[in-house]
Amino acid sequence: MSTRLGRRGFVGGAAALSAGLSTGLWSVAPARAATAMGFDDARHLLSRTSFGGTRAEIHALEALDYTAAVDRLLANPRREAMTHAPDWIGMGPAELQQRQKAAEAQRKQGVDGKKLEVMLPVREQGRELRNWWVEEMIATDQPLVERMTLFWHGHFTSSLAKVHYPSSLFRQNALFRREALGNYASLLRAVARDPAMLIYLDGRGSVARQPNENFARELLELFTLGEGQYSEADIKAAARAFTGWSIDRESGQFVEHPGRHDDGQKTFLGKSGRFGGDEILTILLAQPRTAEMIVEKLWREFVSLKPDSAEVTRLAVGFRQSGYEIRPLMRALFLSTAFRDPANRGALIKSPVDLIVGSVRVLGLPVPEKTGLVRMLQGLGQVPFDPPNVKGWAGGESWISTYTLLLRQQFLRRMIEATTVAPMDGGMRMADRPDRRADRREQLPAAETMQMMDSPRPVEGRSLRNAGNEVRLGPTLAGVDSAVLLRTLLPRQPVDGVDASGTAGAIVAASLLDTAYQLK
Amino acid sequence: MGRILLLVELKGGNDGLNTLVPYADPRYRELRAGIGVPRERVVQLDEKVGLHEKLAPLTDSWKAGDLAIVQGVGYPYPNRSHFRSIEIWDTASAASQTLSEGWIAQAFRGARLAKGIGVDCIVADTNALPSTGPSLRTIVMQDAENFLRQANAIATASATTAGGNPALLHLLAVRQEINAAAAGLRDRLRDAPAPAEAYPQELLLGQQLDLATRVLSARVPVVAIKVALGGFDTHANQQPTHERLLASLASNLAVLRRNLMAADLWKDVVVMTYSEFGRRAKQNASGGTDHGTSAPQFVMGGSVKGGLHGAYPSLSDLQDGDLRHTVDFRNVFATLARDCWGQSYDFGLRQPQRLDFLAQ
Repeated sequence: MSTRLGRRGFVGGAAALSAGLSTGLWSVAPARAATAMGFDDARHLLSRTSFGGTRAEIHALEALDYTAAVDRLLANPRREAMTHAPDWIGMGPAELQQRQKAAEAQRKQGVDGKKLEVMLPVREQGRELRNWWVEEMIATDQPLVERMTLFWHGHFTSSLAKVHYPSSLFRQNALFRREALGNYASLLRAVARDPAMLIYLDGRGSVARQPNENFARELLELFTLGEGQYSEADIKAAARAFTGWSIDRESGQFVEHPGRHDDGQKTFLGKSGRFGGDEILTILLAQPRTAEMIVEKLWREFVSLKPDSAEVTRLAVGFRQSGYEIRPLMRALFLSTAFRDPANRGALIKSPVDLIVGSVRVLGLPVPEKTGLVRMLQGLGQVPFDPPNVKGWAGGESWISTYTLLLRQQFLRRMIEATTVAPMDGGMRMADRPDRRADRREQLPAAETMQMMDSPRPVEGRSLRNAGNEVRLGPTLAGVDSAVLLRTLLPRQPVDGVDASGTAGAIVAASLLDTAYQLK
Repeated sequence: MGRILLLVELKGGNDGLNTLVPYADPRYRELRAGIGVPRERVVQLDEKVGLHEKLAPLTDSWKAGDLAIVQGVGYPYPNRSHFRSIEIWDTASAASQTLSEGWIAQAFRGARLAKGIGVDCIVADTNALPSTGPSLRTIVMQDAENFLRQANAIATASATTAGGNPALLHLLAVRQEINAAAAGLRDRLRDAPAPAEAYPQELLLGQQLDLATRVLSARVPVVAIKVALGGFDTHANQQPTHERLLASLASNLAVLRRNLMAADLWKDVVVMTYSEFGRRAKQNASGGTDHGTSAPQFVMGGSVKGGLHGAYPSLSDLQDGDLRHTVDFRNVFATLARDCWGQSYDFGLRQPQRLDFLAQ
């Protein structure tokens, strides 16, 4: 169902695109004559702005003028998710806590000293929330919006591991989506008041008598200026300025307690005044470093591992002068020479989300239950709503270690086999561990995190070659010519060599396992 | 010579004041009015300091004289960012200096290591920075069996030119490491005995120490193994979290000690805990502590000279509310490099301070 939605999304998008062109409804009509960008530019644009492109998506784009396609991509950003929200998102923290306590008590009662299996609402909501977003990433008709939402989540991190109130993270996610291509200054101001953030970085308990520095420090170090651009005294001043910003226990919404606010004189980055939180943000937004840091981060996300400092400065100046409008910045980034430079094709390493969501999309794999996909993301080090720490995901080369590279190959094998062996009706069901590990099984921790670390195993007795030959390609790839198949799946020529004379299934299998598939 | 260093990273900044408690100092009670460890919950080590009672499993080691505690470890101009500070530790840099090579790799610059086996360091958590560098081959793995099975299935690295693509270069380099390490580890680990005593498994630390014990028992000739325990960033409601972590750390290390003694390996291994920083002397309003500076380190092993080393920082002479360090961590590293591996390297210290927690 969900995958069908996803495919309809692609097709619908493409149809809308051509309809817009033919009837002259093109909103940002290019002044110059349109020139077809061709396959490689189209593939590259999709690999960076979507979760990878199917043959049909590339085809829909390749005849268009590049600038026009970028403008179309940014024309009407979706501000709300397509996927139906979980039904508990309105629940206040007090009610959730009450339910959690009741469930815990029920579990403790148990039978014969054994704990009872009772669903704990906080954990269950967390699971549903992660699945919900992964579903949205697969189903969306605007992958760029989800990419940007994920980018802001990695920038302004908050984690379920600390924020035991999933509704607040749902609302924070909605904020990131609403401002995904909106305005960074508005986003920053909203984040400073965001309940999940107030919990995650301890702002809610920060009071004049004893300010908590956690939010202030990360605001300066990670959200705006970057390390080394401020003093410890600046952090202390900022922490004082944000005192009194908290959340209401009943509703879980932002609340200001003037009585707990430190109203005194502060000196922050050379300026003095009786600053509150908003004044601190204003001062930070006036610093050129803030725009540069965001641009550098976007560059590493969308262009290449090594930002070009002259280009960063140019883009950052424009960004700040526009009052931090994100859309024009992204337009300039996608139209930059560096973005289109053939040397930068295949020069980024796919994130776990790119790899897992992208493979599901490009293979047209039906995955009704997302828990298995989330488990894969956990193994590879990128669980939505659970960044490893406040700095978010380091990304780039750090995605690949000896451990994760092996796990990536394992997951891809599993996906290839799933297209043949088990159509994933029950989700990505993991095969049991072999018997020789049974003796160790008792030692394995029961904690949820440990189960998530378990890697899926290939179906025993089935070689990849066989699996590849039997791969039943979904409509995303069926009927595509061998050479085109290869160029669709890989950003550059295969590293390990793919036999282009094999069956279509074998080519897909070999391409997915080629080292080049890890690149985008 | 030729001891193996087992690093235990305490991620998030461990609160040294509630780990090695200066229970006799009235200033401690003032600074920690709400979350201070009461005297009756301290395992006294001398007339001034004692261990948090949750660390009681370490008393066997203390009594046997193979637990050293280096007090007041930190560095000048302390940085209070998690990421920057752990980078300073991992690369043994000065606070003002950015290095990319890990301190263990630096210690082995120019050294000749036996190349018979394709791996020099095994990292069982995810941060491999201390051993990252051209002189050492580091493998990150959480489970030996999975590692070998998966390595079997990966293509042998081909000599493709990456054409100046740094992302592809990185991928090929990692693949090369996997192939080389798997070749070296396969036979040795297959026959490695399981640890005599199972590790507590509620946290990943137990699983990581299980792997470490197997690697050690298999006599894999590595210079270092790294494990980690996370969750020490206790800004709010610190007490239950911190106590749970200390209890877990201590019980795991106690099992490790018994296992290595049973395997006759205890004298060949040096265990060292470290964290990016300690925490602010004065607790905050949320029943927690903010990022601070110096903290104690535990060093354990059969060749360790037990007892307290270095001086406890003064609680009445704070700097910006933080403890002044009394031992620069690079002296600890230099001591380990010399006495574990026979490498003399001073990590750029102008006046190295000789520490004496390891037998020659």
